[in-house]
Amino acid sequence: MADLAADQGELLKTSDGRPLKEALAQAQSKAKWRAFMLVLPLLSFILITFAWPIAQVLHQSVYNPRFSENMPQIGEWFRTHPNGTEPDEAAYTALVNDLVSAGAARTVAVAGERVNYEMPGTRSLFTKAGRDAKKLEPPFKDSLVALDKDWGSPELWGVMRRVSSAYTGDFYLAAIDLERDANGAIRQVPENERVYVNLFVRTFVLSAAITVICLIIGFPVAFLLSSLPMRYSSLLMIMVLLPFWTSLLVRTTAWMVLLQSQGVINSILVWTGIISDDQRLVMINNLMGSVIAMTHILLPFMILPLFSVMKPIPPSYVRAARSLGATSWTAFRRVYLPQTIPGIGAGGLLVFILSVGYYITPALVGGASGQLISNLIAFHVTKSNNWSLAAALATILLASILLLYWLYDKLVGIDKLKLG
Amino acid sequence: MVSSSPNDAFVAFEHVQKSYDGVQLVVKDLNLAIGKGEFLTMLGPSGSGKTTCLMMLAGFETATNGQIKLDGVNINEVPPHKRGIGMVFQNYALFPHMTVGENLAFPLEVRGMGKSERDAKVTRALDMVQMGAFANRRPAQLSGGQQQRIALARALVFDPGLVLMDEPLGALDKQLREHMQYEIKHLHETLGITVVYVTHDQGEALTMSDRVAVFNDGRIQQLASPSDLYERPDNSFVAQFIGENNKLPGVIESINGDSCTVRLATGEVINATPVNVSEKGAKTLVSIRPERVEFKPEMMPAGAHTIDAEVMEFIYMGDLFRTRLKVAGSDEFVIKSRNTLGQRMLRPGEKIKIGWAPQDARALDPM
Repeated sequence: MADLAADQGELLKTSDGRPLKEALAQAQSKAKWRAFMLVLPLLSFILITFAWPIAQVLHQSVYNPRFSENMPQIGEWFRTHPNGTEPDEAAYTALVNDLVSAGAARTVAVAGERVNYEMPGTRSLFTKAGRDAKKLEPPFKDSLVALDKDWGSPELWGVMRRVSSAYTGDFYLAAIDLERDANGAIRQVPENERVYVNLFVRTFVLSAAITVICLIIGFPVAFLLSSLPMRYSSLLMIMVLLPFWTSLLVRTTAWMVLLQSQGVINSILVWTGIISDDQRLVMINNLMGSVIAMTHILLPFMILPLFSVMKPIPPSYVRAARSLGATSWTAFRRVYLPQTIPGIGAGGLLVFILSVGYYITPALVGGASGQLISNLIAFHVTKSNNWSLAAALATILLASILLLYWLYDKLVGIDKLKLG
Repeated sequence: MVSSSPNDAFVAFEHVQKSYDGVQLVVKDLNLAIGKGEFLTMLGPSGSGKTTCLMMLAGFETATNGQIKLDGVNINEVPPHKRGIGMVFQNYALFPHMTVGENLAFPLEVRGMGKSERDAKVTRALDMVQMGAFANRRPAQLSGGQQQRIALARALVFDPGLVLMDEPLGALDKQLREHMQYEIKHLHETLGITVVYVTHDQGEALTMSDRVAVFNDGRIQQLASPSDLYERPDNSFVAQFIGENNKLPGVIESINGDSCTVRLATGEVINATPVNVSEKGAKTLVSIRPERVEFKPEMMPAGAHTIDAEVMEFIYMGDLFRTRLKVAGSDEFVIKSRNTLGQRMLRPGEKIKIGWAPQDARALDPM
């Protein structure tokens, strides 16, 4: 031990006088290079299809050039005149010039859409002005306001000032139900427009509930899997894995067949007389449908990590606890359960993260009350075309999951995570 | 110390049978009485039923038939945690998420013992196995031998009257194993506890035990003290299983009380002691320990038959010489001689005559 410490003090050399570290690096360089080349295809695949799109999304959530690119002159006026300046004739001239050129380039609707995100109902204002701007006569302030009196509204000018810069944090405000008033101060959106915070809360609560249900159902199954003799456990394992072999859509549709009011479960309940015909349970197109179907789909993700942790725990631990005087409950609680915590953590984290981002199942069986934040992200990408808001929502989701990882690392230790 | 009467036995198996599948008996009619303070070893090959017996005693397996009594009370229906039996497992089974101290405090804690009393007992138990400085370590930070000591201390910390050990030294290297054998033996002597020890290592069984029960095929083949077991095996299985052994198959030529002559397949006649053969003409397997075979004429016991042998191989083992001979058609006959001053080293090809005292050659069942 003392020799080792002394050796580390001075630079070790090989027999022909080269520094040992350099010789080692040289000797290993070929193997390292080969290893790198082997993983290169996967690495580039991940970079192109995973890391790059995520970076794009992060960027898009704070960057939206739709207005600033198509309306450059008014943007210039906003930059040279500080916030609070009353729009003068020069401002209107710049605006009309932009409208004329954007109208000619057929991009005025794009710019209008950007303003419309912040101030609903203004899209048509822009498209109309885009058509008519070239006929306007100076002074433009009067003629534009004459075209539509909304052009004089301070609120619109406030919005235009904000969207004239391509980089903005406003999408994050929108994603948590906040907005700016005409003066740029942050305030909550009107109560009937508050959607996202509730949806985030619902998504997290629902995911937590699904995680807990999966744990309660999955723990005994995993225990059974790990303790049954090989013959039975492999059969049981096939049953656990069976859902993976069928399409997600098929499984979700199967739940639709089972859960609907004229479906299998309700029919059996009515047939056995447990409920009467007019009491058929509503189990689909609501929160319950989402919970049932998602629990079923995500259950294997809980069972497998639990199983992989339980399998190597020898029965002698519980036996030892019993022989030392512990009742079977104490032995379970004090000796068995603590050893399964890495599996509980891994399974819980996995199920929670998957359900937070789940899309297809809530879209199909969730109805209105079973929609999750991912469904709204999809809506903004495909329907409302507000990619920046979708990106902001997705980024918040990503951040909260990273926060969860961090918490897990603090509480349990990420190195203890065991996924199988 | 040794008690064989079931009435005052501390632990008693009475007609115990065990089957896992309802087709085969793993333990066939076991009767065994263990006295208080005795060190009894169950020795046997794997699958002989010894571990099953231990598990039944600990309460992890139920006897299919028969009774197991502890201190005169039938414990068949008593759950493991109420038996108050300490147990040391093969892989130690130290709880990995607890420190050494917490491991030792566990049995005291579940018994509702107060903190100060607990600490005192834990310290005492750790000192007993010379591990006092390790209370705050985790089991994973200890070497195999240290873990073994902790497991031992944990099984003893709640002062059980009976301690079961299931091949506790199996995972240790040879030197450490031998050291631990003496340590366990000394603990047993100082504490006066009863120990039931399971092993498949005959050396371990001979070194440590008051009595050894040799298991095979679900039955006790012989229950005897180590010296009896080694020197006077009851049957061929025990003779084979314990120590090295030379076998000479033959037929009883004459039998006279406690001595007999045996004619070997090749026609030679040797002296032997009949053990479980009774009549003339019966087939037998004569068993002789390698160290009891004599080849120097001046050392030969008076009146002993001698037999021709040819040296096949000579191995120098340090403290011993091991010589393989061809005797009566078989070249598996081994003799061992101590490396004393002037001891003769035999050369391969040398022709010698060997012999032995009749009581060292035991005519056993032919297997």
